[in-house]
Amino acid sequence: MLRTLGPMATAFSAKGLGKRYGNVTALGGVDVSVEEGELVGLLGPNGAGKSTLVKIGCGLVRPTSGYAEVCGAPAGSLEARSAMGYLAELFRFPGWYSADEVLELHQRLADSSGEEAERTELLGLVGLLDARGRRVEDMSKGMQQRLGIAQALVGTPRMLFLDEPTSALDPAGRRTVRGLLEELRRRGVAVLLNSHLLSEVELVCDRVVILDRGVVVTAGRTDELAKPRGVEIEVDGAVRNYEGAGREDVPRIVRELVAAGESVYGVRVLRSTLEEIYLEAVEGDNG
Amino acid sequence: MIIAGYAIRESVRRRVFPIVIVLTGAFLALYAFGVYKAFQSTEAFRTEEIGPGAIVDQQVLFSATLFGLAMFATLFLGTVLAIFLTHAVVRGDTERGLLQPLVVRPVGRTALLGGRFGAAAAVCGVYVVCVYVSTLLITHAVTGWWPDRLVLPAAELVGAVIVLVGLSLLGSVFLSAIANGIAIFMIFGAGLVAGLLGQIGEALNSGSLNTIATVSSWALPFEALYQDGLNAITADTQGFTRAALSLGPFGGAQAAGPSLAPYVLGYLAVLGCAAVFGFRRRDL
Repeated sequence: MLRTLGPMATAFSAKGLGKRYGNVTALGGVDVSVEEGELVGLLGPNGAGKSTLVKIGCGLVRPTSGYAEVCGAPAGSLEARSAMGYLAELFRFPGWYSADEVLELHQRLADSSGEEAERTELLGLVGLLDARGRRVEDMSKGMQQRLGIAQALVGTPRMLFLDEPTSALDPAGRRTVRGLLEELRRRGVAVLLNSHLLSEVELVCDRVVILDRGVVVTAGRTDELAKPRGVEIEVDGAVRNYEGAGREDVPRIVRELVAAGESVYGVRVLRSTLEEIYLEAVEGDNG
Repeated sequence: MIIAGYAIRESVRRRVFPIVIVLTGAFLALYAFGVYKAFQSTEAFRTEEIGPGAIVDQQVLFSATLFGLAMFATLFLGTVLAIFLTHAVVRGDTERGLLQPLVVRPVGRTALLGGRFGAAAAVCGVYVVCVYVSTLLITHAVTGWWPDRLVLPAAELVGAVIVLVGLSLLGSVFLSAIANGIAIFMIFGAGLVAGLLGQIGEALNSGSLNTIATVSSWALPFEALYQDGLNAITADTQGFTRAALSLGPFGGAQAAGPSLAPYVLGYLAVLGCAAVFGFRRRDL
C-alpha cells in the first residue's frame, strides 16, 4: 500500500555513467541524482540516451563505465530492485490476465503484504477500479498504460522510474497521472520521469535534466534555467514590450508610464518556457 | 515458485493449449483406430515360422513396432509443446515488452529462468506421460501386449523432452522467437537423422554410420534417451523376433548403459549454466 516514507539516502544517483552499444555511444559519462520526494524530468531528443539511463537504473542494462545506485544499493542488485518501481516505455502484460491478477502477480514478486487493499487503492489512483476484473487484452492502450503505472507502484517503491508514462493517455488520463505524481511527491517517493511532453514536465517536475547525444547538456530547476525575456505592459489600446527588463524593473517602468499620463492595465514579466530552454539546449548543442 | 506458477498459468491459459489437447485427442483416436485395423489384418498369423525352428512372435513384432512409432509421435508432440512454451522466454518476451516488468522485480534472472524451466518441464513431462500411458493402454487393449519395461521408456521420453526444453530455453536467450523455434526443430530433425543413420548402419552393418549415429545421439541426448527407451520396451525379446524388430524402427534402438542418466543431468546443468550466463549479461 502507498505509505508516507521515512528519510533515506539519495534515491537515485549516477556518476560518470557510460554505455556503448558496439561503436555507438548511448551515454557518455552522465551524472544525475534524484533526492527523496523529488520529481526530476528527463528530457532529450530521440536517441539521446534517456531510456538507456532509466534502464541502467532498473538493472535492465549494464553500464560500460561509471556506476548507478538506487537508495544506496548498486543498481540492479536485489536491494535496489526491492526499493524501486518501473514503467517501461514499451511494455505488455499477458492478455489473459485481469487488471487485478496483474497487480496480484507483482505483489507476490515484490513481496508486498498489501493484499487486496493495496490493489484497490492503486487501481483507484489510476482510475481503473471499475475495470479490475477486465482482461488486459480487452483494455484500451490508455487503460493498459494506467495499469502499468499502478503496477510500478506495487510494494511502495521509494524510487520510481517512469519511461513515457503518459504517451498513450488522453488529456483526462494525463491529468490523473499529474495528480498521482503530486501525491507521490507528497508521500516522499522520488520519481525520474522520462517524457517528451514538456508541458507536463514543466507542470509537475522540480528539476529537469536535458540529455543530448548521451551527455547532460542542461540541468536544474526550471525557474533557475528560465531566462528573463523582458516585460510586457498593457496600456491604453496597446501592448508595450521592454526587452532586457526584469521583474525588478517593473515598478520603475510603471511609475514612468503613469507619470507620462498613461493608464496601465496589466503587467507580465516574460521568462523563457521549458520548451525554449529545451530547444536552446538541444539545438545550441547541435549547432 | 512464483515465476513457475506464472508460467504454468500462462501455458494453460494461452489459446493454443486447448488446440494441443484437441490435436492430441485426434492423434490418440487415429492411433487407436490404426492399431485396431492393423491388428485385425494380422490376427490370422500371431506366430509365424520363417524357417526350421525360427519363430517370429507376430504379436510382439506388431505391437512393439506400433508402440515404438507411438513413442516417436509422443516425443514429437512433446517437442512441439516444449518449443511452444519456451521459444520466446527471453529475447522474444523482451521484444514484446513482457519480460521487463518481471525482471525489475526482486526475483533475480537466475530464478526467473529456473522458474520458466521448471514450469515448462513440468507441463511437458505431465503431457508426455499422459500421451505415453494413453498409447500404452490403447496398444494393450487391442493387442494384449505389454512392453518389457513400463516405467523406464516413459521416464526417458520425459527426459528427452526436458532436454529439448533446456535447449529451447538456451536458444531463447540468444535468438529471436521465430529463429529459435526453427533452430530447435532443426536440432530435433538432426536427432531424427542420427536415429535413421543408426537404423541404416545396423541394417548394413556399417561401422562408420553407427559411429556417426552414436556420436550424434550423445551430442543431442534426447535422441539417446529415445533410443534407450525404445530399446527398453523389447529389452527381454530375443531370437528371431528380436532380429525382425531390428529391421523396423528398432534398428536405431540402442541401449545406452548406466552412464546416460548422469550424462543427461550434466548436459542439462551445462545448458542451464550457459543460459544463466547469457541471460545475466544480456541488456534488456
